[in-house]
Amino acid sequence: MTVGAIYALVALGFTLIYNSSDVANFAQGEFVMLGGMVTFFGYAAGLPLFVAAVLAIVVAAVVGLLLYRLAIEPARRASPVTLIIITIGASIFIRGVTAIVLDKNFHSLPSFFGNEPFVIGGATLLPQSLVVMFGVSLVLIALWLFMSRTLRGKSLLATAANRTAAQLTGINTRAVTSTAFVISAAIGAIGGVLATPITLTYYDAGTLLALKGFAAAVLGGMGNPLGAVVGGLVLGLLEQFSAGYLSSQYKDAVAFIVILLVLFTMPQGLFGAKSVERV
Amino acid sequence: MLAVSNLTSRYGRIEVLHGISLEVRTGEVVTLVGSNGAGKSTLLRAISGVQPVSSGSIMFDEQAIGKWRPHVRVAKGIAQVPEGRQIFTPLTVDENLRLGGITRRDDGVSADLAEMYAMFPALGEFRNKTAGTLSGGQQQMLAIGRALMARPKLLLLDEPSMGLAPVLVEQIFTTIGMLKARGLTILLVEQNANAALAIADRGYVIETGRIVTTGTGKELLSDERVRNAYLGL
Repeated sequence: MTVGAIYALVALGFTLIYNSSDVANFAQGEFVMLGGMVTFFGYAAGLPLFVAAVLAIVVAAVVGLLLYRLAIEPARRASPVTLIIITIGASIFIRGVTAIVLDKNFHSLPSFFGNEPFVIGGATLLPQSLVVMFGVSLVLIALWLFMSRTLRGKSLLATAANRTAAQLTGINTRAVTSTAFVISAAIGAIGGVLATPITLTYYDAGTLLALKGFAAAVLGGMGNPLGAVVGGLVLGLLEQFSAGYLSSQYKDAVAFIVILLVLFTMPQGLFGAKSVERV
Repeated sequence: MLAVSNLTSRYGRIEVLHGISLEVRTGEVVTLVGSNGAGKSTLLRAISGVQPVSSGSIMFDEQAIGKWRPHVRVAKGIAQVPEGRQIFTPLTVDENLRLGGITRRDDGVSADLAEMYAMFPALGEFRNKTAGTLSGGQQQMLAIGRALMARPKLLLLDEPSMGLAPVLVEQIFTTIGMLKARGLTILLVEQNANAALAIADRGYVIETGRIVTTGTGKELLSDERVRNAYLGL
């Protein structure tokens, strides 16, 4: 469930960017990696854990903004495949810079509230797992409030629904898409901060996360935020079950089997948009 | 208020507007008549800044606006009701209207919102329903209301009566007449040339990306060529 929550965040970031700019951002996993890595180095340099975490989230958000302004926006009119390749290139670049500026080792963070597991009805639970669940829930609630209560959130939804109409209405769609990249990078980084005490992180951790987040987004129905969250949780559970009942060696294959099954049997995913058009 | 001169625009390598010039003066209703594919919508999109322009100029209130981004043009007073309504279907009626006023810096947005509901009572009834559930006529009202929320000086209307039942078409033209009476400047693109020319002060006829004739609404209504080509008489 903990892993699933992280996949859910990655998938959510994916969905945000996909909705606001039609880009499938395969650099999404790098934000998670940056979240963990920058926090570790900040913490190692003597910053309090919380400050280091905030710093990491800001760094990731800035990287997200630069990714949009320098790589995606200039190629606005390119085909989706070209844009995907650009994001893959960007992800390799971010990984490379991280490996050089920081390092190539595995790192962990101390758990926020100790390592003493507690037992609920026969199941043992790490405090950090609860932190992850709690943190993910907070992110979801904050995002939901932003989308449903603020005009800025509405303009993001409007841009996602119809970009040209949004421009004609007077919405600054470039600023909106920048916001989407920043928010989604920050969400990814929060995921990284929360998960690193359990899962460890290193410069190359983002690739697999991006692919699994993509699988979760596809499972939930590309473009649907609720679907992304459910898809992430379901994918996390499937992985754990397969590790438990089959072999943990096949764990990583689950995500890809899920992608194939979803695409073959229900291409719209669990919560895919029912396309209704009124004439 | 608006002066377009020698405007050309292309989709990829194909030029669709070949040097269009037209003018809309303050307080006028000007209509642009032409068949499918003549470039009417392209011209409106270019004026709003969502269609690239390859040469020529667009002046609005004595300023060259050709380089302005679309949302700036809305903020400066050019709002468009796009072809096919293009409302934000997943959002509610109320949210659609509020987004219409997103460029506003004054505090009259709530008052204008109330006015829209008074002008279009059907919208008030469904204010918290998602816009996608509205009927075609109501969606068109919403699209017009959304554009008016920006308090435009110039309203661009692209085929507002398209695909609507006759009684609704009449209602749309009544609305346009009302906006005209209030002094709003309007550039109206219509396939329903008869009704459009009847309400307009002046009109332009556009054929395959060129303005072929212009005159007052009355003159064009009685022009033999226009009658044959666009009025089916």
